[in-house]
Amino acid sequence: MAEVLVLVDHVEGAVSKPTLELLTLARRLGEPSAVLIGAGADAAHGALASHGAEKIYVLDAPELTEYLVAPKAEALAQLVADTSPAAVLLASSAEGKEIGGRLAIKCDSGIITDAVDVEAVDGGVQMTQSVFAGNFTVTSRVTKGTPIVTIKPNSTTPQEHPAAGTVETISVQVSDNAKGARITETKPRGKSGRPELTEAPIVVSGGRGTGGDFSEVEAFADSLGAAVGASRAAVDSGWYPHAFQVGQTGKTVSPQLYVATGISGAIQHRAGMQTSKTIVAVNKDEEAPIFELVDFGVVGNLKTVLPQATEAIVKRKG
Amino acid sequence: MNIVVCVKYVPDATADRTFDSTDNTVDRVGVDGLLSELDEYAIEEALTITESGGGEVTVLTMGPAQAADAVRKSLQMGAHKGVHVLDDAIHGSDAAATSLVLAEAIKKLDHDLIITGMASTDGGMSVIPAMLAERLGIAQVTFASEIVVDGETVRIRRDGDVATETIEASTPLVLSVTDQSNEPRYPSFKGIMAAKKKPVETWSLTELGVDPAQVGLDSAWTKVTAYVARPPRTAGEIVTDEGDGGTKLVEFLASNKFV
Ligand SMILES: Cc1cc2nc3c(=O)[nH]c(=O)nc-3n(C[C@H](O)[C@H](O)[C@H](O)COP(=O)(O)OP(=O)(O)OC[C@H]3O[C@@H](n4cnc5c(N)ncnc54)[C@H](O)[C@@H]3O)c2cc1C
Ligand SMILES: Nc1ncnc2c1ncn2[C@@H]1O[C@H](COP(=O)(O)O)[C@@H](O)[C@H]1O
Repeated sequence: MAEVLVLVDHVEGAVSKPTLELLTLARRLGEPSAVLIGAGADAAHGALASHGAEKIYVLDAPELTEYLVAPKAEALAQLVADTSPAAVLLASSAEGKEIGGRLAIKCDSGIITDAVDVEAVDGGVQMTQSVFAGNFTVTSRVTKGTPIVTIKPNSTTPQEHPAAGTVETISVQVSDNAKGARITETKPRGKSGRPELTEAPIVVSGGRGTGGDFSEVEAFADSLGAAVGASRAAVDSGWYPHAFQVGQTGKTVSPQLYVATGISGAIQHRAGMQTSKTIVAVNKDEEAPIFELVDFGVVGNLKTVLPQATEAIVKRKG
Repeated sequence: MNIVVCVKYVPDATADRTFDSTDNTVDRVGVDGLLSELDEYAIEEALTITESGGGEVTVLTMGPAQAADAVRKSLQMGAHKGVHVLDDAIHGSDAAATSLVLAEAIKKLDHDLIITGMASTDGGMSVIPAMLAERLGIAQVTFASEIVVDGETVRIRRDGDVATETIEASTPLVLSVTDQSNEPRYPSFKGIMAAKKKPVETWSLTELGVDPAQVGLDSAWTKVTAYVARPPRTAGEIVTDEGDGGTKLVEFLASNKFV
């Protein structure tokens, strides 16, 4: 069976959840081979092997990680040439798209970004994407070279699947041409203590209607064990960090339950939440477009509706 | 510093965007279009850099005849000149072909920096900048939220999901900027008048030396095989808060097993 290369997203060997999702999807297309660039192979081994990685290619040279992506794209291109994989899967992050874009040109191969599903169909690979703010679902194929696919987080549930996890250490030559952009500083972001926005089964978001005070939104979210999100208006006003923005230029979320409070429901916001299973809104304007999407809506002031709801939930949970 | 800004003409996100049913490509003609809003941030960044450090901003677009609108708006904002690559053979091009055409056009233009938007608002792939860099054999930094130019050195801050990175690179360089990077200006009346006199060139593939067989739908490296409109959501239940809105909300959540 052909190999499927999966680029591992990790910090010092701590493997991200989206990587385990990629390994799970890769099994549908062939035999997953994890490609681990940078230090931390020992720490990563368990997670990769238990999620289906038959092989783990380890590439650990300082030049690969001191510079931005171009060396990683060179290394992957070499692996693609050596292994003729059925596909290359990457996470849909800034880095995944940069590497994917370069790799596509290097290998004369088609690239599909932000896939939410991949399947083996008629001896090829078929991708599913959600486009135009989630208004259309599109299927597509790569018609030239090796399919290169970036996949959105949360597209599947990671499944354990014990595999050999045979380590192969690969040495690569990084060209001077690939050393154009040097990473001079990396400041890890602090954790909020709440579930990860793109992974949470419930997301509660606040918009301009919060007036800048997210305390009611956060208390309600915490009563449900939910992640907190924000509209761009709230982020642009400096009320909530950009990392929590939901929408076209923020995160795409697709939880079981999405609660929009004080958010009007502009197309760019919908782009990031329209595929949520159940949608609920609290907005004092009954004409707000968000109400066109909801399964349940409350026309009212979030400053009174949310605290009442929070109290009721806390009481129920006893 | 001379800067090329790549701008795309896209269907308006607030209109009913759709596909051309004959070939599954994005309908760019039947739906009103405009300069991709995310490319305004690229123009603004380029204008700010040249206003303090000198140099010219050239906007470059590839697209149908209507794409001239995107060039015009960019010139009204303050860009110095425009280039529009227009050729019937281009219809249906994918990202790889788009990057080929743009790269060949950029080679003909003075460029220390190439700035793009973070993503087009229609395809939204965010891969053009990396592809351009690969084709031009130079570095790229995407999703920049802050750019500081210091001679030939460019320092970029980028806010990722797990960390904030500082990146240093030298020109020539491809950059893509996010909507957090600046506040794009509106064209002033003066700018609108001045734009009418600014030079705009229209190039065909022949002028770029690109073989038409390398671009367009038939030679695309990817194909859309089918598209389906998402079924409209069925109308939900809407209640007006009469002092019991929160309670009713929780009843709904409980009946759907969320609490
Ligand atoms: C290129 C581009 C990209 C964009 N990307 C994004 C994106 O990623 N994410 C995003 O969210 N937006 C994005 N936007 C912006 C988007 O168009 C809207 O401007 C934004 O979503 C509005 O945020 P809002 O709903 O919080 O604010 P508003 O539209 O101002 O709505 C506030 C709502 O709160 C209600 N309200 C006020 N007070 C209360 C109260 N006390 N109780 C209950 N309800 C109340 C009001 O009735 C109103 O409906 C983008 C725009 C562009 C052009
Ligand atoms: N046809 C085009 N003409 C000019 N610039 C483009 C074109 N397509 C994409 N770009 C540029 O590349 C960026 C990223 O596009 P994309 O990879 O399609 O998301 C856009 O914001 C534009 O700056």
